[in-house]
Amino acid sequence: MANPSFEVARLPGFRFIAMAVFVVLYLPIITLVVYSFNAGQSVALWEGFSLTWYHSAWQNEAVKGATFRSLIIAASASGIATTVATMAALGTTRRKAFKGQTFIYVMINQPLMVPEIVTAVALLIFFASIKVATGYNGLIYLIIAHAAFCIPFAYLPIRARLEGMDLTLETAAADLYASHWLTFRRVTLPLMLPGIIAGAMLAFVISLDDVVITEFVKSGGQDTLPTYMLGQMRRAVTPEVNAISSVLLALTVVMLTAFFLLTRKKD
Amino acid sequence: MASNAEEKAESARTRSAWLLSTPALIVLLFAASGPLLIVVTYSFLTPGQYGNVVWNFDLSGWVGILFSKDIFDGTWHLADAHLSIFWRSVKLSLLTTAITFAVGFPTAWFIATRPPTQRALWLFLITIPFWTNLLIRTIAINEVIRNEGLLNTVLIWIGVISTPLHIIYTDTAVLIGMAYVYLPLMVLPLYAAIDRFDMRLLEAGYDLYASRIQVLRRVILPIVKPGIIAGSILVFVPSLGAYVTPRVLGGGKNMMIGNFIELQFGQARNWPLGAALSMTLLIVVMAALLVYVKASTREGNPHG
Repeated sequence: MANPSFEVARLPGFRFIAMAVFVVLYLPIITLVVYSFNAGQSVALWEGFSLTWYHSAWQNEAVKGATFRSLIIAASASGIATTVATMAALGTTRRKAFKGQTFIYVMINQPLMVPEIVTAVALLIFFASIKVATGYNGLIYLIIAHAAFCIPFAYLPIRARLEGMDLTLETAAADLYASHWLTFRRVTLPLMLPGIIAGAMLAFVISLDDVVITEFVKSGGQDTLPTYMLGQMRRAVTPEVNAISSVLLALTVVMLTAFFLLTRKKD
Repeated sequence: MASNAEEKAESARTRSAWLLSTPALIVLLFAASGPLLIVVTYSFLTPGQYGNVVWNFDLSGWVGILFSKDIFDGTWHLADAHLSIFWRSVKLSLLTTAITFAVGFPTAWFIATRPPTQRALWLFLITIPFWTNLLIRTIAINEVIRNEGLLNTVLIWIGVISTPLHIIYTDTAVLIGMAYVYLPLMVLPLYAAIDRFDMRLLEAGYDLYASRIQVLRRVILPIVKPGIIAGSILVFVPSLGAYVTPRVLGGGKNMMIGNFIELQFGQARNWPLGAALSMTLLIVVMAALLVYVKASTREGNPHG
């Protein structure tokens, strides 16, 4: 408590509000997880611990299908997004300003700026005409749509990693007569790998969580876990939705923790 | 000759930058930016009878934002139903921004004044909800405010009320939900601004006999203003375009613009109106983001 600014910086009531905010922020999520283990139907009355709802969700064919689709889409979309974002990051960082740089930045960040509902409507219109013209209704539409909005999320951590990298190592490799490709493969790529993994995980989580764009782009019978849950909300909520939410939540927290550990700056 | 070689190297670098960015640009053009142009086109066409459009130039999509046509005598008059949806969207978004600021500012201040070793943990606690699924957080708040939810159960149990409060499927429910899901978007930029705030200014203020309120109003708030603007816009923009939260918590009746747009592509079968509404939303959001960019560039300049 030797820090003199500590006392001065106290404002009355602020600590109380902050504590209340943290409680309010976490209480609903904790309640949701706790009641997913409830033995009874009720989402308010505790009737003892059980895994009934996890079991019934697992037995539900619709949930199985949605889980499978969610994972396929998230894996493919984050794979595509990370690949193209890595290339774009290599192209746009660590060089002097070039013609069209702003255009590329705006394009890459565009999915972060346009409201999701607007993109969703645009894709609905565009893909509807392609679907009519080609008669093809597969998952590809969802994968491409997801890949597009995942690009900025993959790009930003990769770019941050590249910008923080030591240029001298690559110069050293070149001094030792390594070719461009060899330098890239043995020096640049291993160095930027944490950024790539972080970007891929972020893209995966973002794709897994998407509701709005999926809801508009999907054809009949192409529910993902979030759109399946959204559909269930029209009826009375069953703890099955809680169980699915808890699993998704756990997955997100694990991936985010890994993301933070990967991108943490060393002191 | 040297400058010529330099120029060549320069243009080779530019070319490689573009070549490496091309795959990303193609995906984005195909599934993000390009389709927006189609929406613009569709907003000027005639609605088809079973959805989609007929390729005829027509301004009715744009006119239909504010006016509706009488089915019997064909006259146009102000569409009250549309206006009430716009009003609800703007009102709820502004209120969401105000509420998140009122509770988000003390929270950000609290985090920024922790000892440096603890700060990362508190920030992480704000960041986790920020990255978790918005639908799941909406379902979670739904479990709390439903008629048979946690809030009513607890209030009845302690005897404050005898019949459950009907919050769900009202504007209040949507407001609570949006404030809950968008709060981290307010706290994070506020924290970034407060973190850079020089705490010695507070000592200076108190030395000059300022009260706590005066220090807050005359010293702290003006200096962290760029953070306030950033946070407000980051909350206001997604609130205005919200779809999931009003759909789950507002029921069918308490629509916001996002749900109204969806309606045009569903039951209402008026794609041009839906396209025109989407473009209107996009323009409003872009205007707000311009303010944000201006505010954040000013932030970089301490004397600005």
